[in-house]
Amino acid sequence: MIGLGWWLRDSWEMVRRNLIHIKRTPELLLDVTLSPIMFVLLFSFVFGGAISVGSEGGQDASYINFLMAGIFVQTVAFAGIYTGVLLANDLQKGMIDRFRSLPMSQSSVLTGRTLTDLMRATLAIAIMWVVGMLVGFRPEGGIGGNLAAVAIMLLFGFALSWVGVAAGALVRTPEALQGIIFAAVFPLTFVSSAFVPTDTMPGWMRIFAENQPMTLVVNAVRDLTLGTNLYAAELPSVIWSVAILVVSFPLGLWLYNRRTTQ
Amino acid sequence: MTRAMIEAVGLHKSFGETHALAGLDFDVKEGTILCMLGPNGAGKTTAVRILTTLTRPDSGSATVAGIDVLRHPAEVRAKIGVAGQYAALDEILTGRENLQMVGRLYRVDAAAAKKRADDLLAHFELTDAADRTVKTYSGGMRRRLDLGAALMAQPPVIFLDEPTTGLDPKGRLSMWDLIADLARGGTTVLMTTQYLEEADRLADDIAVIDHGRVIARGTADELKRQVGGERLEVIVSDTPGLAAARRVLEALGEGPARVDEDDRRVSVAVASHDGVLTRAIRELDSAGVHVDDIGFRRPTLDEVFLSLTGRPAEETPEITQ
Repeated sequence: MIGLGWWLRDSWEMVRRNLIHIKRTPELLLDVTLSPIMFVLLFSFVFGGAISVGSEGGQDASYINFLMAGIFVQTVAFAGIYTGVLLANDLQKGMIDRFRSLPMSQSSVLTGRTLTDLMRATLAIAIMWVVGMLVGFRPEGGIGGNLAAVAIMLLFGFALSWVGVAAGALVRTPEALQGIIFAAVFPLTFVSSAFVPTDTMPGWMRIFAENQPMTLVVNAVRDLTLGTNLYAAELPSVIWSVAILVVSFPLGLWLYNRRTTQ
Repeated sequence: MTRAMIEAVGLHKSFGETHALAGLDFDVKEGTILCMLGPNGAGKTTAVRILTTLTRPDSGSATVAGIDVLRHPAEVRAKIGVAGQYAALDEILTGRENLQMVGRLYRVDAAAAKKRADDLLAHFELTDAADRTVKTYSGGMRRRLDLGAALMAQPPVIFLDEPTTGLDPKGRLSMWDLIADLARGGTTVLMTTQYLEEADRLADDIAVIDHGRVIARGTADELKRQVGGERLEVIVSDTPGLAAARRVLEALGEGPARVDEDDRRVSVAVASHDGVLTRAIRELDSAGVHVDDIGFRRPTLDEVFLSLTGRPAEETPEITQ
């Protein structure tokens, strides 16, 4: 009924709208610019001296090398889920009703949103990369490894932004979702290999920490950026991201449709 | 023979225990304006949402421009423009950006959308504000831009949900002109309103809605006849004047006068305005009645409801002229 060409055009139209929003309200970028910079600096200077990471810190065995994968994935995960807040925000305004009454591809509202957030995540990675290298991050994984690492992060972020879509269509206010994200995503990032090696955690927590998707993605990114070969997490991390996407994409579309046709 | 551009048959819609629509039937002929008149909660907005594909009914069917709303919503969307009580605009975009974006999403090509946006901005007196973000617009400007967005693809059918609610008198008048222009250009318009005056002014046809059904249908004149039409009303300065005023009014008008002693008010139905006011003043004066206030009063929505349903509308909008 609506061809691929139209779908792409409409999605681009939605991306363009979101980019104008960012241009006019640059505060919208704080979560992918200022916060990750702060995290890189705080963690590396505050914890850096106290945590010993051994071979997990790459050739230098340094904490900053260990940390960067965790900071990358945490930021990309938050940026992904945050899609839900931005969508919930939009759902409170009248514009969605306008879109619903137009002969456009309805799912492009969501693809436009998630693609914009993929761009936000890419920007965040670039900024962190530079800041990280200024304070000692040495990605020795080669061009191929580092590009693969970025691809794995972005895939994970994209998958989570569809989780965000589903959550954003469910909650009544963006503020409510912000609270939920804080309560749900922070434990996941801390009970993972993002900031500390998992081998000092108590046994039961370690089982969870080592098998949850955040850890697998962090480990894959760590190996690929540092050129090490410790975890063999690349394939499992991609499988996790694809699995999350396969569930959250149709669920997000369905919840959004249900929400907007009441 | 003009065809029906909008047709609703037996629409039902419930939200939990609330029956928003309970068998709504009506049609709108091509190039005419139908006003749906009813108090808050009568089901007007639900009806518009169903016809504009925003909500699915529980049962019943509807066509717009001959297309089935339930089976081919995407095709219907290409034929309609919608403007609502809550302007559906992007606050962070400028007026021009809003129109151009909506135009492109209507599949108007970019250059044509640009041209059409400029024309509409000029027509709606928004050219000066075109490059400001909508956040800075007044209520009236938002409504005009919202209507402009609905017209970007020059659709044959326009839906307006309470287009003047919350507007000041000036904004309301300018909106009325714009809507009347549309119908003159051949567009079919379905609009909802709580104001009888608005329906009176714009509608070719009025459907009075209550509890999700059409309870009366006709032209403004036909409905007013049902309600009892216009009344001449006099407020006398002192209670003793009431009896004399009543005699004068009954001689002038039709049927018995209504007397309200507490408000010192006497009123009578009148068939036309011709010379009635002048004669009333002259005869009241010669009968020695002192008058505080005198004038014609049109029936309010409340009176339409009172007359059609035997109970007042839940909300009584102020209608004064």
